[in-house]
Amino acid sequence: MGNKQTIFTDEQLDAYQVSLFSFSRLHGRYHELAPHLVPMDYTNEPDCKLPLALIVNMPELKENPFRNRIVESFSEDGMGNLSFNEFVDMFSVLSEMAPRELKAIYAFKIYDFNVDNYLCKEDLEKTLNKLTKEELTPEEVELVCEKTIEEADLDGDHKLSFADFENMISRAPDFLR
Amino acid sequence: MSTAGEQDAGLSLQEEHESKTHRTKRRDGDRQKKKRRNERRKGGTRAGEGEEDLQAVSEKRERSKRKRAKSKQETSRRENNEEEEAQLTGVREVEENVDKGKKKQGSTKKGEKKEDGGKQLVKGKAREVKKKNSEPETSEEDDDEEEDNDKDVVRLECLSPEELEKLKEAVDERKKLIQSLRGKPWAMKKKLVTLRESQEFVEKYEGALGKGKGRKLYAYKVLMTKKWMKFQRDFENFKTACIPWEMKIKEIESHFGSSVASYFLFLRWMYGINMILFGLTFGLVMVPEALMGRPYGSMPRKTVPRAEEASAMDFAVLWDFGGYAQYSVLFYGYYNNQRTVGWLKFRMPLSYFLVGVGTVAYSYMVVIRTMARNANESGVGDDNSFNFSWKMFTSWDYLIGNAETADNKFASITTSFKEAILEEQESHKDDNIHLTRFLRVLANFLVLCCLAGSGYLIYFVVRRSQKFALDGLENHTWWERNEVNMVMSLLGMFCPMLFDVISTLENYHPRVALQWQLGRIFALFLGNLYTFIIALMDEINLKRKEEKIVKFNITTWEASLYNGTVSENSTASPVTIHPADVPRGPCWETMVGQEFVRLIISDTMTTYITLLIGDFLRAVLVRFLNYCWCWDLEAGFPSYSEFDVSGNVLGLIFNQGMIWMGSFYAPCLPALNVIRLHVSMYLQCWAVMCCNVPQERVFKASGSNNFYMAMLLVILFLSTLPAIYTIVSIPPSFDCGPFSGKNRMFDVIHETLESDFPPWFSKVFSYASNPGLVLPFILLMVLAIYYLQSTSKSYREANVELKKKLQMARMTAQEQQRNNNASVQDQESGSLNSNINKEY
Repeated sequence: MGNKQTIFTDEQLDAYQVSLFSFSRLHGRYHELAPHLVPMDYTNEPDCKLPLALIVNMPELKENPFRNRIVESFSEDGMGNLSFNEFVDMFSVLSEMAPRELKAIYAFKIYDFNVDNYLCKEDLEKTLNKLTKEELTPEEVELVCEKTIEEADLDGDHKLSFADFENMISRAPDFLR
Repeated sequence: MSTAGEQDAGLSLQEEHESKTHRTKRRDGDRQKKKRRNERRKGGTRAGEGEEDLQAVSEKRERSKRKRAKSKQETSRRENNEEEEAQLTGVREVEENVDKGKKKQGSTKKGEKKEDGGKQLVKGKAREVKKKNSEPETSEEDDDEEEDNDKDVVRLECLSPEELEKLKEAVDERKKLIQSLRGKPWAMKKKLVTLRESQEFVEKYEGALGKGKGRKLYAYKVLMTKKWMKFQRDFENFKTACIPWEMKIKEIESHFGSSVASYFLFLRWMYGINMILFGLTFGLVMVPEALMGRPYGSMPRKTVPRAEEASAMDFAVLWDFGGYAQYSVLFYGYYNNQRTVGWLKFRMPLSYFLVGVGTVAYSYMVVIRTMARNANESGVGDDNSFNFSWKMFTSWDYLIGNAETADNKFASITTSFKEAILEEQESHKDDNIHLTRFLRVLANFLVLCCLAGSGYLIYFVVRRSQKFALDGLENHTWWERNEVNMVMSLLGMFCPMLFDVISTLENYHPRVALQWQLGRIFALFLGNLYTFIIALMDEINLKRKEEKIVKFNITTWEASLYNGTVSENSTASPVTIHPADVPRGPCWETMVGQEFVRLIISDTMTTYITLLIGDFLRAVLVRFLNYCWCWDLEAGFPSYSEFDVSGNVLGLIFNQGMIWMGSFYAPCLPALNVIRLHVSMYLQCWAVMCCNVPQERVFKASGSNNFYMAMLLVILFLSTLPAIYTIVSIPPSFDCGPFSGKNRMFDVIHETLESDFPPWFSKVFSYASNPGLVLPFILLMVLAIYYLQSTSKSYREANVELKKKLQMARMTAQEQQRNNNASVQDQESGSLNSNINKEY
């Protein structure tokens, strides 16, 4: 599986297969990011983490305006340092075969900039600015965030909880991409 | 050492401490967890509860020998000792016991012997203690500790059947957990740990479950199921790796967005269908005739006529599919009308007919099935209630990996937001609606004029060429001879551009504009189709007249042969004449097949050459002439071309229509098409990456998929009509093809029914095909369709009603919440006021 030189025990491979959707080549990519840091031999489960800066330079993530948030939401320490497990987790969720509900959960985490489990107005403003590279005027930003909260907020607290988000996203035809 | 009485106070502290140590230990990594394999079990809540039941039961039995009160003290004291040791030494095994002890303490502590209640309380405590939130973590924190292996096994033997049942349930739940592990939003480590432990639990107990009753068989069954699941998983992986051109398409998607990629996905899907059609025609028609039929040269229909023999091998002739290519399995005319062929008694004519029908039936099935699947996926209709939210959260295409495309995407998202904002602000003004509507009506009118004009032009030109053909083609200039083809090509080049210009009047969303464009070009190409079929029918009629003449000639020729060589009036011995010398009837079916093949080839060549010149040459020119040109070629006039999704999709669809029409008369068509699609895929992938630039307005392709399918269905229907007409109404040629000698082509079915099936079968069939039976049956089907349609309409209406209700419910809920909040605020402010008043 993957790079010919990576070493995992059969058990580990087996375990990864059940929990993941696409494993091949992932370790190769992880290794490529920092060849001197990442060991080839995983049978003893070494503990190494790659910093945020390395991971957001991957071609798949480089153009994504939310790359920092994506990596942060998958890292256990919240700072964006990913161990191999988390790396694999991230790509598994981003892959096409992950179910919609799973993607919705992680999408919520990504858009939640201040990690308070709610998408409040500041989160929405940050999302919008990242999406449009700050081309919109502040009034326009204000209007769009207002409209969004108005549309999706079900419990009237002027911020979007996960239930609101899920309800809204489950009807969206374009979500899976 | 604390006494039992102080345990209450001490307990919470101990628990806190233990959970803290738990947390730090977990951060250390999986290595440690591996070592605790035999002691620790973690799992989902339900499975956990099942286990807890069991453990409680086993615990009960363990303690059954001691008095409860005493045991409480003793065990708790022992465990306290152990706890202290653990705190001092950090030995893990002991901590296990400590945890167990905590649980036991919990369950005994709380007084109730109801284990469930105890466990829930313990869980509750753990939750309070823990600072972290998510639920799976808490479920893992409440560990269900198990005894050592040996103890457990011993326990199991004295478990009653109900407990065995519970154990089985727990095992099943673990298995379900393993299956659903992929979909859980837990962190990687958690998943791995849960997985490992669930697997061990399942392993351990599954084997034991089978004790007593056919244990070996059970274990064997379990082993086989595991192997089967592993095999299935490997097969899934293999299948995913086998999907052709996946990486290519992904690359294109990241550069150009999903609308361009949708064309390639469509191409790949078509390739799959054509492979199946190829398999059918090749395996069931061409191969049997080639292997088991009479060889080349043995019959008149299989031999090149003497007159053509000299030029039969010329490349020009072969390219035109004459000569040796014509008299081969590639075309209808080669096939013999022998009822059975070879030692397998393969019914060639029947197979030919059924394969023809089968290809069409299969195509219908596949297209309709794909449409149904797409319709399901595209959701319950488009909701406009979440416009802005969707724009914000779903407009970024996560598949984009290229900087240029990303820039385009940012720009298009910004534009789309601005548009939406504008619309929102202007939704109160209706002024422009009328103008837009007027413009759109005007545009449609212009397009209709265009189409009508081109239709008349085509008709006129075809009529003229028919007149020319009657006069004899040599009398006219090159232009007049090829008028029809030239006019159609010119129309095909200029009209789409004209439609494009007109569509700017309409001001639609690009996706909608694309669909309109597709529809219009489709109408234009229908004109092409019409001329082609008219021309074909004319030629067929010509050939049939010729055939009559030839038939007459043959009888006279044969008579002359016999008269000349035989003088006896007894049974004349058949005169051996070389098959090449026998006069032939014009085989209109082969002619039709040839026309289709030539059309496909010329179409392919045109596409490739346009691609090379229009895209590649243009890109080369722009790139290299830019250094020495007055204005910026790249930004200004020619610039690089964009990938023309609509043109390419239509080309593909019409190509497939031709294949469907012609494959009955030329079994080689699916094979040719497979080759053509294969080459197309590589050529176009290369051309797109090399010569094209991403589109200005990058839009999503969702929803266009069903549009392509709908067009394909229409073309399928249109293209099977002529074929069916010719099969049903025109008698086959008398001396070529598998149906020669019959009155109609479908007579082969009658023949098969009569001779190959037992006699009662044909009786049944004759009853079934009685009009008295068929008409009521058709009536019944019509009624069924009507019924299904009305039920589906009523479902749709019910759907709309439910949606409305949901909206109402949602709004009232919001209102209520707001009211509640308001009243709470009021209360608060009221209480605050009262507090303030109190203070004063």
